[in-house]
Amino acid sequence: MPAKIRKLVVQVDETLREMGRPVEPPVRRAVALAVIENPCAGRYVEKLDELVAIGEELGELLGRKCVEALGIPGGQAESYGKAAIVGEDGELEHAAAILHPKLGAPLRKVLEKGAALIPSAKKRGGPGTAIDVPLGHKDAAWVRSHFDAVEARVSDAPRANEIVVAVSVTTGGRPLPRIGGLQKHEIKGEDGLR
Amino acid sequence: MIEVRRIYTELEEILHEGGPAPARTLLRGSVAAVITNPFAGRYEPDLIPFMDALQPLGLAMAERLVALMGPHAGAIESYGKGGIVGAGGEVEHGHVWHVPGGYAMRNLLEKRGISTKAIVPSNTKVGVPGARIDIPLTHVNASYVRSHFDTMELGVPGGPASDEIVFFLAMTTGARIHARVGGLRKEEIKGLDGLR
Repeated sequence: MPAKIRKLVVQVDETLREMGRPVEPPVRRAVALAVIENPCAGRYVEKLDELVAIGEELGELLGRKCVEALGIPGGQAESYGKAAIVGEDGELEHAAAILHPKLGAPLRKVLEKGAALIPSAKKRGGPGTAIDVPLGHKDAAWVRSHFDAVEARVSDAPRANEIVVAVSVTTGGRPLPRIGGLQKHEIKGEDGLR
Repeated sequence: MIEVRRIYTELEEILHEGGPAPARTLLRGSVAAVITNPFAGRYEPDLIPFMDALQPLGLAMAERLVALMGPHAGAIESYGKGGIVGAGGEVEHGHVWHVPGGYAMRNLLEKRGISTKAIVPSNTKVGVPGARIDIPLTHVNASYVRSHFDTMELGVPGGPASDEIVFFLAMTTGARIHARVGGLRKEEIKGLDGLR
């Protein structure tokens, strides 16, 4: 069964100046969110395969929405993250089923690469609940300038029987990074860490 | 005079809202600009030059919003606007937006063949970083069209700081999904006075 999607939301946050200084080029961070019906709401379901399949579908759809909103080829994306907010008749394990087994592969295909783990967050909430989607460099998790978070929400979701699924893709790290660590030009991109 | 720090856009596609699936997807888009408030922390008696200086930003935001609506920009049916002034400013600093924000949207839509006789409804307040605001929406050509009374809850995470103002513009492609509370319908618009 494909996901029953009530709405799709795409948010783009572009930072041009920070602390009186220009950010060049401006950093753009997109978050695409899908509000879906939770097929397992209100009861205990042992096998969560249906949610796993929804995760695979949304990895491609939301990844593509992000890249389209940023107006870049997928390969130019720098960092990514994912998150889910489960309505009150669902359990956190439902979010885990969407996010962890199969969402990553189609998202990485949209971005042409993605050696690093996709950082994630999940919570239970009601309509308007905000979630901080953690971000990390897509090819090397240790790139310190790209440790970041982007806040997202949908004002009327999730209802009790819904799940909000979010994928974020960016064109860069924090606006004025200067705390050292691994730099993006030093990435080897082999093990997903460095 | 105008220093833009951030631009924040949001596009919502409503595919279904309980009951029968709607014949077409409703699009609701918004653009927000976080700018430096040149008057934070002091009283400035004359705000008119600020209002004038904001006109290019209003136009740039309206153009960005129309681009965001993409191929559906020719079907814009309602609009709204607003602002959140950081705590170092006063609500009056946000109300300068009526002319540069409202007229920018109306002029741009008129150029695209969409009649915009109706006032652009608005909401303005003072708020802290992350504050949310409910932007009212009404039909672009006749304020009394009841199916198009709607609201978008908007905000920019982390903005406005005390020396910032966030200005918003919003547009949609239609009525509330499943609108069914009667009143003036869009097919009945006379289009003379902006009201009916």
